[in-house]
Amino acid sequence: MAVLDLLIYPDSRLKTISSPVESFDKKLLDFITDLEDTIAAAPGSVGIAAPQVGEFKRIVIVDVSTKANIKHHGHLRLINPEIVHWKGFAVGREGCMSVPDYIGNVVRAKNIKLLAMDEYGIQHEYEMTGYEARAVQHEIDHLEGMLFLDRLVSRRHDLLQRENRHLS
Amino acid sequence: MSQWFMITLVGKDQTGIVAKITTALFDNNCNLGEASMLRLGGNFTVMLMVSYDGKVQNLTTFLQPISDSLQLQLHIDAIDGQLHHHQQPNLRIRVHGADRTGIVAQVTTALAEVGFNILDLESDVGGTDNKPFYVVDIEGIATNGIEPVETAMQGLLGNEIEIKLEPIETVMM
Repeated sequence: MAVLDLLIYPDSRLKTISSPVESFDKKLLDFITDLEDTIAAAPGSVGIAAPQVGEFKRIVIVDVSTKANIKHHGHLRLINPEIVHWKGFAVGREGCMSVPDYIGNVVRAKNIKLLAMDEYGIQHEYEMTGYEARAVQHEIDHLEGMLFLDRLVSRRHDLLQRENRHLS
Repeated sequence: MSQWFMITLVGKDQTGIVAKITTALFDNNCNLGEASMLRLGGNFTVMLMVSYDGKVQNLTTFLQPISDSLQLQLHIDAIDGQLHHHQQPNLRIRVHGADRTGIVAQVTTALAEVGFNILDLESDVGGTDNKPFYVVDIEGIATNGIEPVETAMQGLLGNEIEIKLEPIETVMM
């Protein structure tokens, strides 16, 4: 039971790609509890990914149930989550505990189909939409070492931009 | 001790304005804050927060020759502003219609009357010289809730303008 320290941008460890969870044991359950304590200590936050606390495993907590009038699946412990289908897209505003005092516009799929295990290693399939789908896409980005800063679009951005040029 | 200044620059658009101005600021130990820079009607406009350990006169001394050489109008104010004072909008209002005088005045007066605080307003004129249309995109905070704004905007319909309201959600992770 602990509130864990968050990695804060521009900490380069946030770029780390996380590894799949292979052991579904008490250590995993204890860590999930710590993640839940950490998110509970951040009022208004609806999700967290393990790499945000320096644990580079594919573990995500999402719970958008406090939002009124939206479709959701309640409190989700998503282990080794994988988006297998995307449909539609929308621009929306996002913020992140690891990127304080900054809100930005990001394009995300409106609807997703997600495969993920629970904390006991049992596979589930979810159809998600809107706010919950956005939250899950944001958290899965963390597992790939991506922040929403990597996906920002401006209000003036052409939503149908044909080509992104990436500098490396 | 450093203090914040707002630097305003306006003039005919050309390549290199931002580079020359910001290089001069960097060379004179200025730190940049929030900024809005965009092209409006063939002009380039800069509104730039700058932190600087000196006075308006010192800033003017090194910026004026550069703005003169670029044929830009320069204006500098010491401001009370600070970083990390962001406010988050909760409502977007999109307005469009045949271009005529008074659209923005009508819409924003009605918004002000119901306590809507504008954080960002963009407008543009499209169409042709014969048939221009006007588009306004407003983001702000409906301090008294969205319903009074809806009622106020409904009162403006029928003036040959389309008005759409869209709540803005921010997903906090």
